[in-house]
Amino acid sequence: MVMMPVNRMAGQAPVTAPGLDPESAWWLGVLTETGPRREAALARLHELLVRVARAEVARRGPRVRITGPELDDLACQAAADALMAVTGKLGQFRGESRFTTWACKFAIFEVSAKIGRHFWRHPAVPLDAEDWDRLPDRFGFDPAQEAEWRDLVAALRRAVDDTLTPRQRQVFVAIVLNGVPLDALVVELGSSRNAIYKVLFDARRKLRSVLVANGYLRDDSPGNS
Amino acid sequence: MNDWPALDRFLRTDPRDVGCAQAMEMLHVYVELVAAGGPAEQRYPGIAAHLRACGPCGEDFEGLLAAVRGEAD
Repeated sequence: MVMMPVNRMAGQAPVTAPGLDPESAWWLGVLTETGPRREAALARLHELLVRVARAEVARRGPRVRITGPELDDLACQAAADALMAVTGKLGQFRGESRFTTWACKFAIFEVSAKIGRHFWRHPAVPLDAEDWDRLPDRFGFDPAQEAEWRDLVAALRRAVDDTLTPRQRQVFVAIVLNGVPLDALVVELGSSRNAIYKVLFDARRKLRSVLVANGYLRDDSPGNS
Repeated sequence: MNDWPALDRFLRTDPRDVGCAQAMEMLHVYVELVAAGGPAEQRYPGIAAHLRACGPCGEDFEGLLAAVRGEAD
């Protein structure tokens, strides 16, 4: 768990809230005060969020093509925005986890959002291109079986053309064919992660249904489509 | 048939999948349960299904879990 050393709370008046562990109650209490105690707590929370954001960008860094000072800037911006989110949402903390775990969640979310925005600084592909040649690599098709998967790819392409809505097709093409990260697509389309995921979820379900109906995939899982 | 496991896995959807909004709303609770060795998948099957299928939310889960474990060290 994300722990604050117990001795840091020594000598400070405890602020309690029903159902909260003492540490979380302390955080919640001191952050809703005014004055130097709140300022000190904010500074400590900021330190925690910077530490977590830096660790997170370092963990993701090799996969997102961001390095050096740019990566650290991203972490610091993420931590600052996370601190704003946490202080603005204190009333939403329900004590279902430790306060610090809840707070760190916002640092992780901010890192994700900022990496998504960063993608468009150096976009590798235009959003509306349809690179079907990427599909075999994307799904690990064996070149030795090309004669078989060529039929499958053709069937999938027909299903994309015939069954998806324009929005579903746009999202499928961007994410699956062009390799645009979902969070980057969220930024480009001015949407939300939940909305884009739902569009892709429905597209996946439709496409699988067509491929099963035409004998390309086996429907071997009752309850799933 | 089904010689295309990666494509099959990608297209397969789980009706229990709660979507990004609900999963992210409860991510801190789910992560603490996982970190404590608790029955997270059993208690929150819809979140577990979502984290398996959604790359970005799965990444956030891994990041928060690493943060929780790292800060505990």
